[in-house]
Amino acid sequence: MRTTDTSKMTFSRVSPGEGLKKALKMTPEEIIDLITASGLKGRGGAGFPTDLKWKLAAAVKDDLKYVVCNADEGEPGTFKDRVILTDFADLMFDGMTIGARAIGACKGIIYLRGEYAYLRSFLKGKLAERRNDGLLGKNVLGIAGFDFDVEIRMGAGAYICGEETALIESLEGQRGEPRNRPPFPVNTGFMGHPTIVNNVETFTWVPCIVTKGAKWFFDIGTERSTGLKMFSVSGDCGKHGVFEFPMGITIQELLEKVDGTGAKAVQAGGASGRCIPACSFGRTIAFEDVPTGGSIIVIGPDRDMLKVAENFMEFFLDESCGQCTPCREGNAKLLEGIKLLQQGRCSMKYLRELCKLGETMQLASKCGLGQSSPNAFLSIVTKFKDEIMGRTETAL
Amino acid sequence: MLVSEREQLRANIERQVKEFGNDRSALIPVLQDVQHKYGHVSEYVMQVVADILHIHPVEVYGVASFYSFIGHKQKGRFIIRLCRTISCDMQGKDRVARQLENDLGIQFGETTPDGNFTLEWANCLGMCDQGPALLVNERIYTKVTPETVHDILEECRTLFGVYALQEKETLCELPTPVK
Ligand SMILES: Cc1cc2nc3c(=O)[nH]c(=O)nc-3n(C[C@H](O)[C@H](O)[C@H](O)COP(=O)(O)O)c2cc1C
Ligand code: SF4
Ligand code: FES
Repeated sequence: MRTTDTSKMTFSRVSPGEGLKKALKMTPEEIIDLITASGLKGRGGAGFPTDLKWKLAAAVKDDLKYVVCNADEGEPGTFKDRVILTDFADLMFDGMTIGARAIGACKGIIYLRGEYAYLRSFLKGKLAERRNDGLLGKNVLGIAGFDFDVEIRMGAGAYICGEETALIESLEGQRGEPRNRPPFPVNTGFMGHPTIVNNVETFTWVPCIVTKGAKWFFDIGTERSTGLKMFSVSGDCGKHGVFEFPMGITIQELLEKVDGTGAKAVQAGGASGRCIPACSFGRTIAFEDVPTGGSIIVIGPDRDMLKVAENFMEFFLDESCGQCTPCREGNAKLLEGIKLLQQGRCSMKYLRELCKLGETMQLASKCGLGQSSPNAFLSIVTKFKDEIMGRTETAL
Repeated sequence: MLVSEREQLRANIERQVKEFGNDRSALIPVLQDVQHKYGHVSEYVMQVVADILHIHPVEVYGVASFYSFIGHKQKGRFIIRLCRTISCDMQGKDRVARQLENDLGIQFGETTPDGNFTLEWANCLGMCDQGPALLVNERIYTKVTPETVHDILEECRTLFGVYALQEKETLCELPTPVK
């Protein structure tokens, strides 16, 4: 089941428990200051500064706070969280526990996607071991008054539940429909209590930063995107799997490492990301340039870009929660447009209207799904006009 | 369904709700558990769950219908979900799909007449580096080819029953084949 050799990754070189022990000797403020100094930003895709999220949750007074690990990993082309949970579960739990200490939480929840149900019993076993070892439960590591335990909740096959407010709705037993923000989960999260929701990878970097120091992490990457990042690489390249690269790597460099240099495009960030054509392979993977939650799909020279766009739009049409009109109706219109293009029956005027519609969706949709679902369509129709316009039936 | 079966089901659900904390947030775990054991969530179950949690049955229906892994319709003992998303598509999922349809004699969205197999599409299963990927119940298969489809189905028919579910006890509660 594995194509990835994780033995040379940073996560393999940091021993589980070390960072946790060190962190629990610090005050919550010191932990958060350390994260600030490292520049760590959310690895789930949005790139929100982790220290800021924790600081906001720590500032709220409440006896009950929650630490939620987002293991809903549903973005097409992403599978790094699965590999982390399989090979580095203890580091991840260390990270959640440090997060709990930092914000003053006593409960943790992993929201594991239904598709990963085969990992559940393994993770349950890990949690039981940790309780035995005094790493979870009452007075964690003998620290009086620091109680923390983690439970696993399963998703049920809805991509939208990866969006943090939809995830919380789902935990509360509701339909997974995103909420209006503000208020943010750091104030009113699970059951109305302050909650931090972080990606699996984000939590896993935390004990590494504590062990190796904030400066180590800060010195890697670019000024605004620090540290290392896990990438899930698939598609038309020689090496598939999970790779660890520094932030700020150019797409060209990345392609060289995975034997994918002949590509005509790279889809960075999954279906909700952007399609980067070969002429822009000099661009960097960073929050300020080409952001990604880790999904890199290499598209070879023989691929039909319209088929790629069609696949993405079918995905969004299927996964939209249907709550707001721009997203519910817009995705259907864009998909229709792709069908017209495939038949060679789309006028330039209509294509422009569709692009306008896409821009409206980016602005008017309620959550990140509808705001980002037109990205792939827009980048493909603008960058590959030559390939997609004026098709004849035989080109199908 | 016999009255005694219904009573048993109700008792089961009551036990589950208690285990998951007796409030609204128990709803999805309880529905998932029923789905896991009985292969679907019937109207009767929705009514019972609503009674126990003191919410309207329509709310339960609203939640159950939202999630694609919770279903109202009785499905096969083995639910095959083939990934149709981009990386698996590029790695040849269409041919795997065709072979599944051929070998099972059904289309996507259908259940075999003997009630053994349901064939469905899924979105990215997180195995994109090893596509085409498919799930059979909770078990993942990767690098599936048209040729290995047959082996996978045979495995379900013979050995795999035991491993298809996490807990062995639940096997006896698998849905009986639909007539
Ligand atoms: C439609 C949608 C799906 C998302 N799916 C995921 C996901 O599967 N995993 C994840 O970690 N974040 C996902 N996110 C981002 C979360 O909303 C949230 O930003 C993230 O969990 C925060 O963690 P981080 O700051 O550590 O990245 C998704 C967002 C949207 C809008
Ligand atoms: S943008 Fe789409 S997924 Fe998000 S709330 Fe609106 S309809 Fe739902
Ligand atoms: S695209 Fe099929 S598993 Fe990700």
